[in-house]
Amino acid sequence: MPEIKVTPLGAGQDVGRSCILVSIGGKNIMLDCGMHMGYNDDRRFPDFSYITQNGRLTEFLDCVIISHFHLDHCGALPFMSEMVGYDGPIYMTHPTKAICPILLEDFRKITVDKKGETNFFTSQMIKDCMKKVVPLNLHQTVQVDDELEIKAYYAGHVLGAAMVQIKVGSESVVYTGDYNMTPDRHLGAAWIDKCRPDMLITESTYATTIRDSKRCRERDFLKKVHESIERGGKVLIPVFALGRAQELCILLETFWERMNLKAPIYFSTGLTEKANHYYKLFITWTNQKIRKTFVQRNMFEFKHIKPFDRSFIDNPGPMVVFATPGMLHAGLSLQIFKKWAGNEKNMVIMPGYCVQGTIGHKILNGQRKLEMEGRSTLEVKMQVEYMSFSAHADAKGIMQLIRMAEPRNVLLVHGEAAKMGFLKGKIEQEFSIDCYMPANGETVSVTTNPSVPVDISLNLLKREMALGGPLPDPKKPRTMHGTLIMKENSLKLVSSEQALKELGLNEHQLRFTCRVQLQDPHSDPDTLHRIYTHLKSVLKGYTIQHLPDGTVMVESIVIKVSSSAEDTNTKVLLLSWSYQDEELGSFLSTLLKKGLPAGIC
Amino acid sequence: MAAHLKKRVYEEFSHSKVVQIPQEEAPAKKLRLSKPSKSAALHIDLCKATNSTDALQYLLQFARKPVEVESVEGVVRILLEHYYKETDNSVRLKIASLLSLLSKTQGFIPDCIVDDAINTLTNEKSHQVLAQLLDTLLVIGTQLPESPTVRQRLIEVACKHLSDTYFGVRNKCLQLLGCLGTVDTPLSKDSEGPSTSIAPGAVRDVQSIISDYFGDQESRVRTAALKAMLQLHERGMKIHQIIYEQACRLLSDDYEQVRSAAVQMVWVLSHLYSESIVPIPSSNEEIRLVDDAFGKISHMVSDGSWMVRVQAAKTLGLMTQVSPQFLEQTLDKKLMSDLRRKRTAHERAKELFASGEFSSGRKWADDAPKERLDSNTVALIASGACGAFVHGLEDEMFEVRIAAVDALCQLARSSTSFAEKCLDFLVDMFNDEIEEVRLQSIHVLRQISTHITLREDQLDTVLAVLEDKSRDIREALHELLCFTNVSTKECIQLALLELLKNLNKYPTDRNSVWKCLKFMGSRHPTLVLPLVSELLSTHPYFDTPEPDMDDPAYIAVLVLVFNAAKSCPTMPALFSDHTFRHYAYLRDSLSHLVPPLRLPGRKQIYGLDSVDSGGGSGSVESAQLFLVQSLNRVSTIQNLEATGAQDLLDFTIRDLQRLGELQTELVGAAEFCATYLRCQLLLMKALQDKLWNMAVPLCLKQNVTATAAAQQILEETYKLEFLYSGLENRQVATIHHVRLQAKALQLILTARTRQGLDPLISSCEKFLLDVESFQRLFLTELPHLQDSFVDKLLELMPRLSSCKPAELVKILQTTLRQSGLLQLKLPEQIHRATATIIEPTGESDNPLRFTSGLVVALDIDATLEHVQDPQTSVKVQVLYPDGQSHVIHPKPGDFRRPGPDRHRLITQVYLSHTAWTEPSQIEVRLLLAYSSSCTSFSSSAAKQGWSDSIDGLPPPEAAVEGTIQFSKPVKVFIMPKPTRR
Repeated sequence: MPEIKVTPLGAGQDVGRSCILVSIGGKNIMLDCGMHMGYNDDRRFPDFSYITQNGRLTEFLDCVIISHFHLDHCGALPFMSEMVGYDGPIYMTHPTKAICPILLEDFRKITVDKKGETNFFTSQMIKDCMKKVVPLNLHQTVQVDDELEIKAYYAGHVLGAAMVQIKVGSESVVYTGDYNMTPDRHLGAAWIDKCRPDMLITESTYATTIRDSKRCRERDFLKKVHESIERGGKVLIPVFALGRAQELCILLETFWERMNLKAPIYFSTGLTEKANHYYKLFITWTNQKIRKTFVQRNMFEFKHIKPFDRSFIDNPGPMVVFATPGMLHAGLSLQIFKKWAGNEKNMVIMPGYCVQGTIGHKILNGQRKLEMEGRSTLEVKMQVEYMSFSAHADAKGIMQLIRMAEPRNVLLVHGEAAKMGFLKGKIEQEFSIDCYMPANGETVSVTTNPSVPVDISLNLLKREMALGGPLPDPKKPRTMHGTLIMKENSLKLVSSEQALKELGLNEHQLRFTCRVQLQDPHSDPDTLHRIYTHLKSVLKGYTIQHLPDGTVMVESIVIKVSSSAEDTNTKVLLLSWSYQDEELGSFLSTLLKKGLPAGIC
Repeated sequence: MAAHLKKRVYEEFSHSKVVQIPQEEAPAKKLRLSKPSKSAALHIDLCKATNSTDALQYLLQFARKPVEVESVEGVVRILLEHYYKETDNSVRLKIASLLSLLSKTQGFIPDCIVDDAINTLTNEKSHQVLAQLLDTLLVIGTQLPESPTVRQRLIEVACKHLSDTYFGVRNKCLQLLGCLGTVDTPLSKDSEGPSTSIAPGAVRDVQSIISDYFGDQESRVRTAALKAMLQLHERGMKIHQIIYEQACRLLSDDYEQVRSAAVQMVWVLSHLYSESIVPIPSSNEEIRLVDDAFGKISHMVSDGSWMVRVQAAKTLGLMTQVSPQFLEQTLDKKLMSDLRRKRTAHERAKELFASGEFSSGRKWADDAPKERLDSNTVALIASGACGAFVHGLEDEMFEVRIAAVDALCQLARSSTSFAEKCLDFLVDMFNDEIEEVRLQSIHVLRQISTHITLREDQLDTVLAVLEDKSRDIREALHELLCFTNVSTKECIQLALLELLKNLNKYPTDRNSVWKCLKFMGSRHPTLVLPLVSELLSTHPYFDTPEPDMDDPAYIAVLVLVFNAAKSCPTMPALFSDHTFRHYAYLRDSLSHLVPPLRLPGRKQIYGLDSVDSGGGSGSVESAQLFLVQSLNRVSTIQNLEATGAQDLLDFTIRDLQRLGELQTELVGAAEFCATYLRCQLLLMKALQDKLWNMAVPLCLKQNVTATAAAQQILEETYKLEFLYSGLENRQVATIHHVRLQAKALQLILTARTRQGLDPLISSCEKFLLDVESFQRLFLTELPHLQDSFVDKLLELMPRLSSCKPAELVKILQTTLRQSGLLQLKLPEQIHRATATIIEPTGESDNPLRFTSGLVVALDIDATLEHVQDPQTSVKVQVLYPDGQSHVIHPKPGDFRRPGPDRHRLITQVYLSHTAWTEPSQIEVRLLLAYSSSCTSFSSSAAKQGWSDSIDGLPPPEAAVEGTIQFSKPVKVFIMPKPTRR
């Protein structure tokens, strides 16, 4: 049986380092190629040696697809393509293609320049890698090769995030990447049609969460920020450069404008400016409101938000600062956090998910004393707030997507094992379909039942149609006679005559004959007549003929009568039928073996 | 022509029952000129056509011109003849579509071509043409709703073609069945296609045939089947309950139009069978059908297609019979268990969530897995109403959000508990990113505000919106605050504070803020009482400085306090001296905002105030009684001497006007009566004996007054007709009657003063036409007009139409003078359209300076009340000192609708003029445009050209276009400066 095999190299029962291998219909596809935030050693990249021990990956992979530009989905891309070696096509959407290299470059700078790592990919490698990228448009079907095709759907989450449908013949897999089912201030909601894939690979970051209404959360967030500012405190919002940051910026910007607040809002520069440029550019990927109003004013041209300078950290007075990275594990946000942590007027708002091992994770779990590098401890007096602004689908959203796509199997990735287990149970119970949650390196295989397309000759169809009613009933299968010809990779269903003609063969007739002995005192013609009337009464709806040459024809079955030499009362019936009429013929023979009923004259 | 017209009028009136014919005859006559050539020309053209493109061209040309009723049948025959000859599909298609167009011709009864049309079907091979032919049959069928045989035949035809392989044909067949099918006429099996597998002779009805196609392989056919079923419902057939299950299945169809139609279907059925019981699959329990349907439609709010989502959200708002526990689920996202079971399950589920099976995402790590609860007890994410509105309100498309807000409103209005629950959600919507949604949610909150009391935190969120930049939002919010109940005195204080902030930030909101505080004060007197000394900053021992009387904020506070004091007699004791003085001042200057108070030690001002303060339902009733009595008294006028009658009218008019001033509820009715009586008075004066007994040359002066009177009556009648809303046909007839009298008077006066026959003949004809159109319009009212002028006139009509003008005038004169006063019957509700220009105020002494030749924009802000369709009728007039006047038609978008029967016009008019040496005043006023052709009572003659490109034929009577001033003019100082060189 044909199978679809899925092996997560990363993101199996884990968050980060997304990398999933799929083999479908003889094609191998790599979905995402990310890095792990929590590790600084080899574990940060997926283990590509799983694919091949030595040598390049090109011959083992048909294509690589990147769902969006977050580093945990694309961070290992230059490493894979340039250092391990892959020359095949890499697919991503236009915004992803634009923003991805900025992030990779930033990532490289931090690792190489700050931490001083060697044996890391270079800027040139990033450039070379990006040359292999083939851009995708939404809902555009791209033919990777003759059989493999992919199609992107809108996923929300961040600018340019896409879900991909991978299709070989009639088998298909949908990979969601990260997605969001509720629209936010700058992006719309994920959408997919009823494509009924064999397998839906979905993220499950918030498998056990059902979030409050979006507006509620927004109001809470604004209230917290506003109160803190009025107290004269400073607010730190650690964000990733792209994605949530833009949403929160728009939220604060409009709020500032409405409430006429004066406290400055800063955004750590660098990345952001470049990225904002792309946000202004890719308006079609944003939500309804921004799309409709950008003619008057592009919402990403902020009035109140200014670039941040390191020297502002010690400025007195209230301020709001967005700083990267989002999990407080390094960089500017950590720097600011250290400075501000001691004052209880200040506040840090964690707007999203924090990977285990990061400072963000620690303070959220209530740790008040942190051990920093060099054995110093940092006491956290500032308020720590958590606002779930993460743009992942919650449990209900995941269910909603499953309902929209109607897959035959679901596979969960990108989440914590325990939570996944809960959601798995729910999915199986709710939709009664199989749900899998493989760990990294574990392979799930699903047998599929692909339909095989067969060409059918028009004549044959017409003939069949003439036999049965005028309209084919889509709900009922119908049997028909024909010959299946497999020739040069194509299947054809034709009538048997045509098949014979095409193959240059003569038709052979196959006839069965059988003798039936019958006790009957009448003369031969009389017996024949009696048989005729008997059959006439039994077989209604068949053509039965009494031919002048002493035979009875039922359809194409011939019946003859002769008396046996010894006993004239014993009549021998000769039945002969062709192979096609086997059913009727054997029925007749058993019928006649029982003898004729007495009452027939 | 004139003689001909007269003759026709005569004929019409000699018949006893001539109803519709004149309408159809009138346009037909004008077209008759082209008649003989039409069908023949077509025939020749079609014969000439050598190929199909030519033929198509001819047909297209032919279709551009209308065909008169008489020749339709001939044209149809010619077309059919060509149809049979034609081999090209496209030409046949065009012919078929022409047939349907032709059968739509007004006045043509297509039963003569039914057989031919059906015959064409039999030999048709092309599916497209077949579909078009069926469409033609559909048109024919809808034109002949009363003929059961035709209908039966058409249904049989439709059933026969239902098995066609082309979807278009099946679509049309279903449409036919939907438009014509009846439930009571069973169809025999013979007429059906062989695809259905029911034994011969079985009797089936239209519904089951249509429902067979719910499972068609083609989505468009499925949609058509659902639509046909809905059509059946609209035509009043009872849909069977079995359809419900099938419709529910279609809710999960792959195609959005099917789902959308299925949502409607489910809704319709939930209305029909709301109380019947349906089982819940996978359990042995049962619920009401309407609840089941509600759950299913709620489910559709998270559909993949936004069209379906909008449809579902809208539909939810219409399902008011749903049980409260289901309704409340729509606001609860977390309770996603199948609450459809029993109360116990409901509670169990609640406990589960309280114990944290799902986290809210508000607190970190509250979703850490705890011990597994028995997840079998609750089927999560099950369908059901859960969170439908939570989803709808945060949908991506604002169309869906608006639909959800509207639905919330409708449901909340029918359920108080739901209204309270949805409050938080509506308040949340005040922060929506799209202004329309915010505005809509504010409006909705206002509409349900009678059910609710705002808590302090909610009020806080509501008030935050007062800082919004958009004026519409702020004013909507003021409007909302007018109707809101709050619970504590802190709320009042908070609201006042925010409103004053608002006033400070946006001084233009002054009127709106004051008005808001007026209502707030009168609504919560007891809550204001403890705040008074603080608000007025009085002190028990010390005299505080007297606040500035011109400060809008201080006025705002006073408005609040005085309105509260009205129903709180202890309050005035807390006022300081200057407060009383300010009260007297404000009572005069802002009397609409400050109510009369019974102040201690002050003599009650007698008159106006006493009526107002004693105001209650009783006084309205007595006023109503008074109104009716005065009208009755007037009806006795017949028996009085002329002078006595005039006096009586005079007094009554005065009484009525005074009544209108005193009783604001009846101002419309009172003024309407007064105006009507004034018309009668004028007429009576004009018809005084003296005038008519004198020789013509001797009474020139009186003639002039009479002419003026006639003119005035005419104007007044237009005011009566178009300025008042809520008129019934009867009143309109009465008004027209007066107008007719005025016209008669005019005619007589013309005859007396002017010499020469020609103008007289034409005006006589015009008058007769007027009479005729009166009779046509108010046929149903004629019995009420016994003994009136028209009644007598109609009796004499045969004579009138044949006699000479001079004689006609004489008859008219006597009839007019003999006819009595027509009793006015008051309608239930009658309102006068009024307009008030709020801005410009006309108080400014600073002229608006601008360079001559360029334009300056003047902001206009006005409220309109009881104006129907202001977008088309309200205009702004600007009058310059040199007599120039401009009429400006505001854009439709400039009209807002803050409440029922109320409109707000906020617009800009552009002024320009040549240079002046000194600033001078221009006048700005609002006009109400009317045209007599579209009377408020629209005549049933819906004119339809048979092709859309043709404009309606000129109306039978010459339309009188005009305008009525309905606002006080406002003067604006402007100063166009000469250009500097």
